[in-house]
Amino acid sequence: MNVVFWIFAVITLGGALAAMMLRSLVHSALAVTLAFAGLALMFLELGAQFAGFAQILVYIGAVAILVVFAILLTRSSEETGSGVFSPTWLRGLVIAAAVFAVLGWSILNSASALPGATVTPQVDVKQIGDALMGPYVLPLEIVAVLLTSALIGAVIVAMHEKEGAE
Amino acid sequence: MTPLTGYLLLAALLFAIGLAGALTRRNAILVLIGIELMLNAANLNLIAFWRYGPHPEALTGFMFAIFSIAVAAAEAAVGLGLVIQIYRHAKTTDLDQMNRMKG
Amino acid sequence: MFSKLDQIFVVLQHWVAGFVPVSLQPIVLALVGVVGIVVVFPALFALTTVFERKGLGRIQNRLGPNRVGPFGFFQPVADGIKALTKEDVVPFNADHFVHFISPVVLLVAVFMGFAVLPVGRNMQLVDLDAGLLFYFAMGASSELAVFMAGWSSRNKYSLLGAMRAVAQMISYEVILLLSSVAVVMMTGSLSLVKIVEAQSQYTWGLPHWYVFTPWGLLGFILYAIAATAETNRSPFDLPEGESELVAGYFTEYSGFKFAMFFMAEYLAMFSVAGLGATLFFGGWSAPVSALSFVPSWIWFIAKVMVAIFVFIWVRGTLPRLRQDQLMNFAWKFALPLTLLNLMVAGLWRFMNPGVVRWVVCFAILAGAYVLMARVGMKREKFGPRSYRYAE
Repeated sequence: MNVVFWIFAVITLGGALAAMMLRSLVHSALAVTLAFAGLALMFLELGAQFAGFAQILVYIGAVAILVVFAILLTRSSEETGSGVFSPTWLRGLVIAAAVFAVLGWSILNSASALPGATVTPQVDVKQIGDALMGPYVLPLEIVAVLLTSALIGAVIVAMHEKEGAE
Repeated sequence: MTPLTGYLLLAALLFAIGLAGALTRRNAILVLIGIELMLNAANLNLIAFWRYGPHPEALTGFMFAIFSIAVAAAEAAVGLGLVIQIYRHAKTTDLDQMNRMKG
Repeated sequence: MFSKLDQIFVVLQHWVAGFVPVSLQPIVLALVGVVGIVVVFPALFALTTVFERKGLGRIQNRLGPNRVGPFGFFQPVADGIKALTKEDVVPFNADHFVHFISPVVLLVAVFMGFAVLPVGRNMQLVDLDAGLLFYFAMGASSELAVFMAGWSSRNKYSLLGAMRAVAQMISYEVILLLSSVAVVMMTGSLSLVKIVEAQSQYTWGLPHWYVFTPWGLLGFILYAIAATAETNRSPFDLPEGESELVAGYFTEYSGFKFAMFFMAEYLAMFSVAGLGATLFFGGWSAPVSALSFVPSWIWFIAKVMVAIFVFIWVRGTLPRLRQDQLMNFAWKFALPLTLLNLMVAGLWRFMNPGVVRWVVCFAILAGAYVLMARVGMKREKFGPRSYRYAE
C-alpha cells in the first residue's frame, strides 16, 4: 500500500461519488471521466500498460463523449422540478451498502488466502497479440461480431423513424 | 493488509457506489453511468488478480479485462441509443415517469 | 563531427543530469527532456504563426504582418504580450471551474502526445511498448476538453462549435487510427521507435519508407485527410467557421486562455504531422542514404515543417466543407477505403516481394477508389458543389 495507490484511489472514488451525487448531469459525466482516468492510472500502476491506455481510449475517448452527447440530445442537462433521486432512494442505498458489506466482509476474511506482493509481471504488446491470435481467438471473433451487431443495432435504434421525419 | 486486499476493497467500494447510483438516480443516463462504474470495478478486480495471481504470464485476467472494456463500449452505445429513442417517444429520461408498458 | 551533432541534445541532457546525485538522475533526465519539448515546440509555434500569416497573405495577394521587427518576424512576441496583458473575461453565467480547467486539460493532453514521438535518433522522452496507443489515448482525451470548453461557456455558438468539433474528431479519429494500424501490422510493433527503425534501411540509396508502397501511399493520403480534420484545419474548420460560429468552442475565451487554445491547436498540428512523418516517412531517417550525415532531428523538424507548409497551402486554397459533406466523406468514402487498405496491407505482407505484388495491390486500391468515387459522383455525394439559390 503505497502513496500512489492512495492518490489514485482518492481520484477514482472521488470521481465516482461526485458522478453519483452531483445535480447537473454534465458535471456527473465529467466526474465519471475523472473516475475512469483514475482507474486507467491504477491499471498502469498494476503493470497493465495496454489495458490502461485502452481504458483511456475507450472510456474517456468514446463512452464519456457518448454520454455527453446523450445528455445534450435528451435535454437532461436542464434542471427538472423534481429531485434527482428517486423516491425509493433509501432502499437503493441500503441494498448497495449491504452488497458492499458482504463483499468487504468476504475480502477481509479471505485476506490470509490471497497471494501477497510479487514482482510486477512484464507484458509486452507482442505477447498480448500472440494471446489474442492464439488461445483467445474465439473470444476475439465473438467480440468482433458483437461490436458489429452493436454498431448496427445502435444506429438502427437511434435512427430517425422515417414516418416521423417526413 | 496486502496490496491485493486494498485493490479488492477499492473495487468493492466502487461497485457499491455504482450500484447505489444506479438504484437511486432518476435519470436513465445516470443509471447507465452507474452500470459503467460497476463494470469498471469488475475490470479493476480482474487486473488486480492478474497482477498478484500465481500465473501472470498466462494473461487470463488481463485478456478478460480487455474483452470487458470492448463489450462495455458496445453496451454504452446501445444503451444510450435506447435512452435517446425513449426520450423521443416519451419526451423524458426520468425513469419514474416511464411506468407504462403501452406506447 | 556530424555524429556528435546528431546526438548533441542527448549528450546535453546527460551532461545536465551529471550535476545531480545518481538517485535523482532519472527524474532530471526526464525533466530536461520535458523542458526541451516544452521550449522547442512552442517556439516553432511562434514561428509558424508568422509563416502562416505571411503565406496566406501571399496566396491572397496581400502582404501579411510586416511591421514588428525584420519582415514582421517579431509579430508573435507582440501577440504574446497582448494576450498576456489582456483582461481575462469570463461570462457571468459560465461554469467557472470547467471554463477554467478546459484549456489546461487540452494543452496537457496535446503535450502528452509528444512524449512518445521520436524527434531524433535516441531522442524520445519514453519508448513505450504501446506508444501509438498512448498517442491516440491522449488524442481522444483532448476531445473531452473541447467539449468542456464549449459547454461551460453557456453560449450557443460555443456549444454548437464544440458539438461539431467533437462529432468531427470522433468520426475522423476512426480513419486516423485505422490508417495507422496498417503500419503497425507491417512493423509488428506499436512502439514508434521500432516503427522508425523498420523504415530506416536503404536499398540503392533509397529508404524503405512505408509511403513508397501502395497501402502506405493510400494510408498516408487518408491519414493526412483525417489529420487535417482532427486538428480542425481548413477545409475541415467547421467547428470554428468564422462566418458561422464566431470562433467555435473558444468564442468566450479571452486573453491568455485564448492563447492557450490557439497554442494547443498548433501543437496538435505539430504532433499529428510528426506522427505522420514517423509512421509513413521514416521519422528522423534521411530521404536518401547519401544525406544520412545530416543530424536526425533536423530531418524530423524538416518533415514536420513541410507538413505544416502543406497545411497552410491547403488552408489558403480549399473552401470549407458542409457538415453533411464532411460526415458523408468520412463514413461512406474514407472509412471503407481505410478498411480495404488494411486488407491490402495484409495481402502485401503474405505475397512474395516483386513486381506482381506491387501491381496487384495497387490495382485493387486504385480500382476501389475509382469505383467508389464514380458511384459517389453519380449519387451526387462527393461531386462538385451544386448551389441552390432562393427563388
